[in-house]
Amino acid sequence: MSNSMTGAKMVVQALIDQGVDTVFGYPGGAVLPIYDEIFQQNHIQHVLVRHEQGAVHAAEGYARSTGKPGVALVTSGPGATNAVTGLTDALMDSIPIIVLTGQVPTFMIGSDAFQEADTVGITRPCTKHNWLVKDTDDLAKTLHEAFHVSTSGRPGPVLVDIPKDVQFATGTYQPAKPQASHYQPQVKGDIESITELAKAMETAKRPIFYTGGGVINSGPQASQLLRELVAATGFPVTSTLMGLGAYPASGEAWLGMLGMHGLYEANMAMHDCDLMINIGARFDDRITGTVEHFSPESKKAHIDIDASSINKVIRVDIPIVGDVAHVLEDLLKVWKSRGRKTDAEGNAKWWRQINEWRAVDCLAFKQTGPNIRPQHAMARLEALTKSHDRYICTEVGQHQMWAAQYLGFEAPNRWMTSGGLGTMGYGHPASIGVQMAHRDALVINVAGEASWLMNMQELGTAIQYRLPVKQFILNNERLGMVRQWQELLHGERYSQSWSEALPDFVKLAEAFGAKGIQCSDPADLDDAIMEMINHDGPVVFDCLVEKHENCFPMIPSGKPHNEMLLANAKTQGAITGTGAVMV
Amino acid sequence: MSALNIKKGSTSHSAYNLRPNYSDTEERHTLAVIVENEPGVLARVIGLFSGRGYNIESLTVAEIDRTGHRSRITIVTSGTPQVIAQITAQLGRIVSVHNVYDLTVEGASVERELALLKVSGKGNDRIEAIRLADIFRANVVDSTLESFVFEITGTPEKIDAFADLMRPLGLEEVARTGVAALSRGAHALP
Repeated sequence: MSNSMTGAKMVVQALIDQGVDTVFGYPGGAVLPIYDEIFQQNHIQHVLVRHEQGAVHAAEGYARSTGKPGVALVTSGPGATNAVTGLTDALMDSIPIIVLTGQVPTFMIGSDAFQEADTVGITRPCTKHNWLVKDTDDLAKTLHEAFHVSTSGRPGPVLVDIPKDVQFATGTYQPAKPQASHYQPQVKGDIESITELAKAMETAKRPIFYTGGGVINSGPQASQLLRELVAATGFPVTSTLMGLGAYPASGEAWLGMLGMHGLYEANMAMHDCDLMINIGARFDDRITGTVEHFSPESKKAHIDIDASSINKVIRVDIPIVGDVAHVLEDLLKVWKSRGRKTDAEGNAKWWRQINEWRAVDCLAFKQTGPNIRPQHAMARLEALTKSHDRYICTEVGQHQMWAAQYLGFEAPNRWMTSGGLGTMGYGHPASIGVQMAHRDALVINVAGEASWLMNMQELGTAIQYRLPVKQFILNNERLGMVRQWQELLHGERYSQSWSEALPDFVKLAEAFGAKGIQCSDPADLDDAIMEMINHDGPVVFDCLVEKHENCFPMIPSGKPHNEMLLANAKTQGAITGTGAVMV
Repeated sequence: MSALNIKKGSTSHSAYNLRPNYSDTEERHTLAVIVENEPGVLARVIGLFSGRGYNIESLTVAEIDRTGHRSRITIVTSGTPQVIAQITAQLGRIVSVHNVYDLTVEGASVERELALLKVSGKGNDRIEAIRLADIFRANVVDSTLESFVFEITGTPEKIDAFADLMRPLGLEEVARTGVAALSRGAHALP
């Protein structure tokens, strides 16, 4: 094969060399040469989305569900600016994606040309790194470097901006070279710190593993090692929203998700523990609540591949910079070689305490009355889909938290949700990306009606590529989480938080050529869910639920972990003082 | 609703100033940042400081190795010890940053800044200006019958002192480069 080729062909060649099989994109003037090359090959499937934001979220869904980087291709100007939300989302959640943008030709840059935007300038703060390629000879090297940077160390989004003349010009293609980059993050943890942690584990009376998205990002081996470590020590384990599935929900040591809407037992254990082992989480404010009241008596260890995550929010005693799988492997070795010791008596007492908290049964609810309660819808969805190897996406809001609380995840990479950025409109395109990677799997997007409307146009994509994604909409005709906060903080003045003029979701589905199902009677729910699962094609499920349901448990902002609000709590004015300014 | 008791500036530094049990004393640190000399690298560094609410007291940048495409950015910043540690870590994870050195914690260092000062005047003021310039080892790099341009090199404090003395003598304009710094001794940064 000749190494001399056009820039546009180089793009396709580099993607093939990087093992890319799917690209999500939308054509436009500044990427036409690349689209012409895509037309003339059969190695890469291009998925035409309906909006560039959808392309980036689909690439994220693909990446989260496979562990491989996702790729999106969009045009200059508005194509690039529409990608910004997805890039920021991927940056906050450490998702490896590569976004390729067209740019006006190099000789027109800076002239305010048609569809020109300063793409590298706009995306600098929302990418891990970005490049503007001005010379075709540099293009292949830059593309390979982009994949390397995106997937190495703490993963994240990268962007390569390619002017149209660079796509047309001919240059020399350079194949990918391993170790060509100076960017080589440290993966092995410091063995002295790991030994210090092993020692702390031996004497801890109230230990807890607090795991996060870093375990998922580190790969399936990290989840495996976590399970071994938990089984060997018998320590309880909780996880952030991002880390669900790393430890199985059916596991004995599982306390459930922690944080603002986490489980009572998980948050109480975090507050009262004497040894907190943070594995690939980042002490996000949804987790810590007020920093000064966060787990006041514990010794804290923090395993993170990003040195800047350590001591950023919470000061820790045992910092370990490294990749989760590498560190856990060493930790297990060291702890075993020191005699596999734990404080059996202390731990037994700790578990007795935890079981008392568990007995509170904080997620308990009764399905009463004529309307479906959203918790009931989630519980039934869980019961009826549990036996499938299913992939769950969500939008953002109450439904997202109910999904995290009531659905159980047994394996990593099965849960795609916008955690850090909280992007409404994420779930629908993400479900398309997931289904592209797992054609035969059951892929469900648990949505709220307001979130879902933000990117509903992607139903066209699902139809075009015959992707049987299930859009399970908990429709309360409200911006439920906004409404809940207005109840808690703003005297029940529901400013702009209800949806009037909602579409008929069944007709909307049918207009796109999908199946629509509406369910409002609890007695019909199981049959309707089964009908959704068994339909071979995209389904929009309009589940009409109780309108003023609040999401509990909840740590009101400004309050410590041990002052949670449980269901039926008095909610008016629950957030006061300095808590009110927090989001 | 009751009045909110929010400390001034409590939102501008994210959670840092909510942290207990840690020194609140602001310190001044000089950082040497070795970067790949590529387009946008300075914007990345500056964007980090503005985006995360850190201070920049001075910043200088120039290429130091043409064949190796290296530039050296010297940043003088201030903050509590954990903010300084965060700045160092955040700089370190920028892909085009090769190394970050905190010269303030890594031992003694020399700091120098260059300034140009335009002083205009006649008679005794003019004579006094040239006498003081001599004492401060400032050079005259331009002169007319009514003005001088002085070039002075030294620590920022020395330049401050010189500028203060020139002010009553007809100081018109100042240009300063910001600080360049190296560690003392034979040992070089890798």
